[in-house]
Amino acid sequence: MPPSRMTTERESGSSLPAEPSLTPAVFAAADPATGDATPSPIRDYLSRRGSGRFADASFAALMLLCACSIFAIVAFIFWILTVRSHLSLVQFGWKFFSRSAWDPVSGDFGALPFIYGTLATSLLALLMAVPLALGVAVFVTELCPKPLRTPISFLTELLAAIPSVVYGLWGVFVLVPLMRDVVGPFLTKTLGWSGLFSGPNFGVGLLTAGIILAIMILPIISSLTRDIMLAVPNSQREGVLALGATRWEMIRVGVLRNSRIGIVGAIMLGLGRALGETMAVTMVIGNHPNISKSLFAPANTLASVIAGEFTEATGDLYLSALIEIGLALFLVTIVVNAIARLMVWAVTRGAPVGAA
Amino acid sequence: MDLQSKAMRLNTARRAATNHFISGLAILATVIVLAPLAAILFYLVYKGASSLNLAFFTHVPAPVGEPGGGMANSILGSGVILLLASLMGIPVGIAAGVYLAEFGRGKMLANAVRFTADVLNGVPSIVMGIAIYSLVVMPQKHFSALAGGIVLAIMMVPTVTRTTEEMLSTVPHAIREAALGLGVPKWRTVLSVSLRTASPGIITGCMLAFARVAGETAPLLFTAFGNQFWSFNLNQPIAALPLQIYVYAISPFDEWHRLAWAGSLVLIVMIMVSVTLVRIYASRGVLKGGS
Repeated sequence: MPPSRMTTERESGSSLPAEPSLTPAVFAAADPATGDATPSPIRDYLSRRGSGRFADASFAALMLLCACSIFAIVAFIFWILTVRSHLSLVQFGWKFFSRSAWDPVSGDFGALPFIYGTLATSLLALLMAVPLALGVAVFVTELCPKPLRTPISFLTELLAAIPSVVYGLWGVFVLVPLMRDVVGPFLTKTLGWSGLFSGPNFGVGLLTAGIILAIMILPIISSLTRDIMLAVPNSQREGVLALGATRWEMIRVGVLRNSRIGIVGAIMLGLGRALGETMAVTMVIGNHPNISKSLFAPANTLASVIAGEFTEATGDLYLSALIEIGLALFLVTIVVNAIARLMVWAVTRGAPVGAA
Repeated sequence: MDLQSKAMRLNTARRAATNHFISGLAILATVIVLAPLAAILFYLVYKGASSLNLAFFTHVPAPVGEPGGGMANSILGSGVILLLASLMGIPVGIAAGVYLAEFGRGKMLANAVRFTADVLNGVPSIVMGIAIYSLVVMPQKHFSALAGGIVLAIMMVPTVTRTTEEMLSTVPHAIREAALGLGVPKWRTVLSVSLRTASPGIITGCMLAFARVAGETAPLLFTAFGNQFWSFNLNQPIAALPLQIYVYAISPFDEWHRLAWAGSLVLIVMIMVSVTLVRIYASRGVLKGGS
């Protein structure tokens, strides 16, 4: 009952209407004056509502079920990949990952060329992306004028939003001709002595795939590094500056040294992304299961062999070998991501750093 | 005291020069990083815009060698698959996020769920594709839009879970306590008070997950498989925009390359609009993502 109404009622002096006033008698189970055992309207309503215990418990159980579905998804993926790759596991055992054969016709499979391709492209991508990503993160957090901060970080995140297939499309029609006609001959001329740039250059190959992967993992590393650098307290920066450091020394000693673990975690997350990247790599890597020292050589990665050959796989052993490659990829990326997330969490103490 | 002695020299000039050099490197790094973005966007507009016409949005692909044709069936197919995925994935994700934020605070199970969700986010999409292939396509012996929807739903769940949890944890405790103090049951508090307060953030989280799976191709390679014609049956292969872009890009036909560029432009515009909207609404900066 609004207070103003009560006041007017009292002031008018007229008898109150049949609204119960909030005296203790209202909540009594029985009316002591008349001995009437019927409960008051409010008590009646409250006791009829029930405690809601069943509804609460079943709601909580439903939410818990959905949360556990995440465990179920991971377990299910692991289980079904193991079951379907059983043929290949039984046939080749552990030697599957140390043999170089890939001959669907005779049923001889070995995943070593793909492991080499994956490692080579990921390493190349990290070598190119990490300095650039750190540079961008340092620029955005410490050196950049305030108005430019949001646009530049937004643009870096836009790089992350571009789908993989668009990167592949751009790679096939823009980057591959560029590598074939301009960059390739240049590299052969200048660095050909190292043996890394020998052999025919078709534009597709390990180097092109490495470059595209580098562009794709850059935003992850850079935005995570930026978050980690922002998590370093300002007192560290101010302390170093007070000792007479230049700006770069402040960044190096005050910020980067404190966030080393987190930055390693961010780099590992980028590595995890690079290991599993499929579409863009499939389109520019040349799809040839071989191991070669030259970076111009076409190759294949674990993910791109699955993408390229899965729908064409004849025979159960072929399909099973491909699924075993998928299982290996699954386990490796889980391990890398788990370690990386632990490192990032250790630095930011579980504060939200985004879903990369 | 000789201030110029070796021990007391502060190397000021050298340190200042190093400082300027590093600043220059950082600026150079930023320019190098933004260059591919500019190049990709430029090429998309340059090669794709000329092919965008009404026929693109209303026609199915023409037979090879004939001019014209469009990607209307791919756009519709993507819409169907994404709708299926959202219907399956978003409720599960929001429920899991509600558990993490409301019922599981501080419990070890909640920490395990959160960690697993983050790790699941990093699993390559092609692995999810072959898992759902083994589960749905192999027993049914045909590709289907439903399988495509299932795999994209699984990919949406971790993202939606994490963003829902983060948005719900920004709801002030006082609001919840006020509702509980008025006698509202816990489940009703969660639905009507917490979720309603956090709903703008949760919606932007769902949009983020949506934008990320909209561009996914690899899982659809073996589940939805693609289709050159209209398809309205969920149990049949269906076209999807990123999938058709891939097929056209690696084909040897110029006409199809043209369609691939135009399709990419459409896809990029859709995704960038979503990402920009997410950026505008996520003022707290907790929503970040990759694709």
